[in-house]
Amino acid sequence: MVLRISADLVAALWEHSEREHPIEACGVIAGPAADLTPTRHIPMENSAYSPTFYEFESKALLGLYQELDDLDEALVVIYHSHTSTEAYPSRTDIAYAGEPGAHYVLLSTREEIAPRSEFRSFRIVNGVVTEELVEIVGD
Amino acid sequence: MSSESGAVIEVRIPTILRPYTGGAKVVSANGTTLRELIADLGAHFNGLDERIMTDGTLLKFINVYVNDEDVRFLGGLDLALNAGDKVTILPAVAGGANNCGAI
Repeated sequence: MVLRISADLVAALWEHSEREHPIEACGVIAGPAADLTPTRHIPMENSAYSPTFYEFESKALLGLYQELDDLDEALVVIYHSHTSTEAYPSRTDIAYAGEPGAHYVLLSTREEIAPRSEFRSFRIVNGVVTEELVEIVGD
Repeated sequence: MSSESGAVIEVRIPTILRPYTGGAKVVSANGTTLRELIADLGAHFNGLDERIMTDGTLLKFINVYVNDEDVRFLGGLDLALNAGDKVTILPAVAGGANNCGAI
């Protein structure tokens, strides 16, 4: 598996993560249901406002799914930042992962590594984490 | 679909639970309360109820909405249902570096 994603979207996810740091940033990238190309960045509010936990507010989550349905779009990427640990799914991330078709992207904004150096993508299905390649296209 | 008492309610099933419904995105079930409705889902789709509630409480990994309102703010599983109500089930989108699974 591979996540093919535009450089602009990668930059947008970094900007969101850096803006929210040290709170975890979270959001999605939607794309056409027909080809699942990550296309439209939708930052979400972290209703937990926590440096170690994120949650989409429940009404906003419902609105998001309804909007995607109306537009024949799918939830292609679900992302969040880890602000003091590596960009790898935690037990909590795995327990909550409820979209087997989505790419779960994690970004680390922890200070002891080079800025924008950890951007990783995973599939999380039935509790099993599989890392995938990230191919950044365009400038 | 069911002979039990209670109104017929349309329930939208998220992708992750569709293996239980044979792939169906929308199913019908009966119940006078949300608890009965979920039990009825389990009666027709083996195991589905346990992916939504265990030990009489809603799982924290799942959001349930009745007519677009989160049932956690409406009385939870004891919420009374009426004919024509629309129930939507979605996986919560949550996680984070905290390894305790806190919420």
